[in-house]
Amino acid sequence: MGKLGLDPVTVARARALAAEAGRPVVELARSHTTVSVERAVLRLAGVAGADPDGIPWVNRLVDAVVADVGLGHGVALPVFDALLREGVDDVTLLAQKAAAGSVRFAVPDGRFRTAARRSADRHVRAGLRRIDRRRAERDRLVARCGDAPRRPWIYLIVATGDIFEDIPQAQAAARAGADVIAVIRSTGQSLLDYVPEGATREGFAGTYATQENFRLMRAALDETSAQLGRYVRLTNYASGLCMPEMAVLAGLERLDMMLNDSMYGILFRDINPVRTFVDQRFSRQVHARAGIVINTGEDNYLTTADAVEAAHTVTVSQLLNEYFAHEAGLADWQLGLGHAFEVDPDLPESFRLELAHALLARELFPDAPLKWMPPTRHMTGDVFRGNLLDGFFNLVGAMTGQGILLVGMMTEAVVTPWLSDRDIALQNVRYVLGAAGGLHEDFVPAPGGFIQRRADQVLREAVGLLERIASGSLLDAIGDGTFGIMRRPADRGKGLDGVAAHEPGYYNPAAHLLEVS
Amino acid sequence: MSGKTVVRPYGDTTGDGMVQVSFTLPVPHDKRGEGAALQLAGKMGLDPAMLVHARAMGDGFTFFVVYGRVGHLVDLAAVRVAERDYPLLTAKDVNGAVRRRLRRKLSVVGACIGTDAHTVGIDAILNVKGVAGQKGLEYYRELRVLNLGAQVTVPELVEAARAERADAVLVSQVVTQRDAHLHNVREMSAAFREAFPASRRPLLVVGGPRFDEMMAAELGVDRIFGRGTTPGEVASYLVHALTARRAAA
Repeated sequence: MGKLGLDPVTVARARALAAEAGRPVVELARSHTTVSVERAVLRLAGVAGADPDGIPWVNRLVDAVVADVGLGHGVALPVFDALLREGVDDVTLLAQKAAAGSVRFAVPDGRFRTAARRSADRHVRAGLRRIDRRRAERDRLVARCGDAPRRPWIYLIVATGDIFEDIPQAQAAARAGADVIAVIRSTGQSLLDYVPEGATREGFAGTYATQENFRLMRAALDETSAQLGRYVRLTNYASGLCMPEMAVLAGLERLDMMLNDSMYGILFRDINPVRTFVDQRFSRQVHARAGIVINTGEDNYLTTADAVEAAHTVTVSQLLNEYFAHEAGLADWQLGLGHAFEVDPDLPESFRLELAHALLARELFPDAPLKWMPPTRHMTGDVFRGNLLDGFFNLVGAMTGQGILLVGMMTEAVVTPWLSDRDIALQNVRYVLGAAGGLHEDFVPAPGGFIQRRADQVLREAVGLLERIASGSLLDAIGDGTFGIMRRPADRGKGLDGVAAHEPGYYNPAAHLLEVS
Repeated sequence: MSGKTVVRPYGDTTGDGMVQVSFTLPVPHDKRGEGAALQLAGKMGLDPAMLVHARAMGDGFTFFVVYGRVGHLVDLAAVRVAERDYPLLTAKDVNGAVRRRLRRKLSVVGACIGTDAHTVGIDAILNVKGVAGQKGLEYYRELRVLNLGAQVTVPELVEAARAERADAVLVSQVVTQRDAHLHNVREMSAAFREAFPASRRPLLVVGGPRFDEMMAAELGVDRIFGRGTTPGEVASYLVHALTARRAAA
């Protein structure tokens, strides 16, 4: 029995309702495809690089196939049928020919279908094997270098816009104690319907996520990991319009964690809900295979909605994210479910409310490495008060056994963190974890006291909301503005034109291989 | 205010001139590094300067905290601030003002017009995600926002503004090749003037990093916002302009 005395019947009911609400969405995802899913398949099959204008060959190839036969059959069969007919061996070369207009695509049948399917499977299986090798390599490196010395893992952000500035900053952050480095993406990348190519030096408030940037940063952190005797993890974003491709690139370049939320793009980026759910399921299957820990984005709801009034929407979203993650094959240790310290500090008992909410997440998901996010909304620019608030945030993290702790900056909402800001923030974390890191062993809320009652209330409100969602549909709930107060109808939003229902005979070798594994 | 127009910083005694500063120098933490910090403090006008804290950070950087007295005087009579012609409101105040004064949702339509595909600006102002820690206009409960996205034609924009009964139309322009941003905005404002009677025309607001904020009248729009504009500024302006217009009508 846990510390909150949660009613097991209510907890089971919450999970059953989340599954009931999520199931139709999974069905939707299984019966549709998107341009980004198909591009991800081609990346697994070995298509790489971009044309002289910087448009990736996967985009050119998918566009060419769609122009000839549409999207609903999947691109794998038309592409590999053409590959066999043209007698080329290299899929990237085929993409180049297709872009020049010298290849016609058709949906093969009979023995041509069998041959195309066999060739597609062989290419995609080779890509999945590369991902498997990177996963095994991670396990080897963690065994050889050693792992982070304690939980929570300390998670720090770099965001200069220039990968060659990011690298020394990330290495310095790792030496200063960071266990996880996240490279923030350039503003607006989530709405690009292609993945930029190559090493990049110009981003807006962040650095473009590209395969080459992933490779450069991972190589630099491998070097630092060996020096420190501690494997330093790397994080990026599988979100936005290219979510499935980002997952594949992360797997190929041995990234360790990816931000990957089931609803963030819909709510905060106005990406079409169907597009997001289809892309998300495929990306999670890839993450499962690659041994990547996902980080979900529930903290974002509390930056728009009130952290006390909307506490139960965080729980509901965590339960949905858990359902979607399990369904896609992710194990509990891969679920960095998000939540945040965003209760108004001027509210009486705000700290006890935070403890109740954080402990509720801990107890509902005992085997998940929860991701605990620092205050942002009530950081005012008063850096002294901000540092105090971050200390209390760290204390809740220690008292409730959080798995991943994003280091809060006292200069949140003032500047992108300075070297000294990061140093002061890490001192704060080290002091709290050093002084109170084991406090979760002693900390047991009084039975029937404030914290237990609050946790029970949030759980019951979550069940109430899940009942409402499950009685209609999740897509309608999103359309009605249930989460983060945003209304996002299923027939609106960005990227809808890149979605297609499966035609009879649709084939996706990656989905097939990931599904049976 | 009292008649006193000259003041000094205040530590714990009137006129003591005490300030506290912190900074990082790219030097190792040793005696020489501390001397370097005191030299900087001296050049900043701290005399005497007291180095109260120094801490090495990584390789070759040291963080310093310095307290000291500055001799500078502040002449309050000589303070000049750029006056904004509308008050900056919080999201809550914007919502309250719309509810109270319009008694319906304020309708906003936004787009990038012409061939410009850079939606960074309009998305930063409109999307919930916002910019620089501020939520975009979608976050405001009393604002109804339609973001048409990139490469919207002027006729499409006029039609959307009509269908949405837009109170304000926000247009973002990033690309400036051959003054495309200026041509596009002139075409847009002319089209709105033709399509709507003056009293019913939506407020026309333009934003982008290369606009001169003083060119509004010349381009036929109500307001231009330049680089670094936040959603809060735009929302505050909309409330100010639309409720003032209503009061005048």
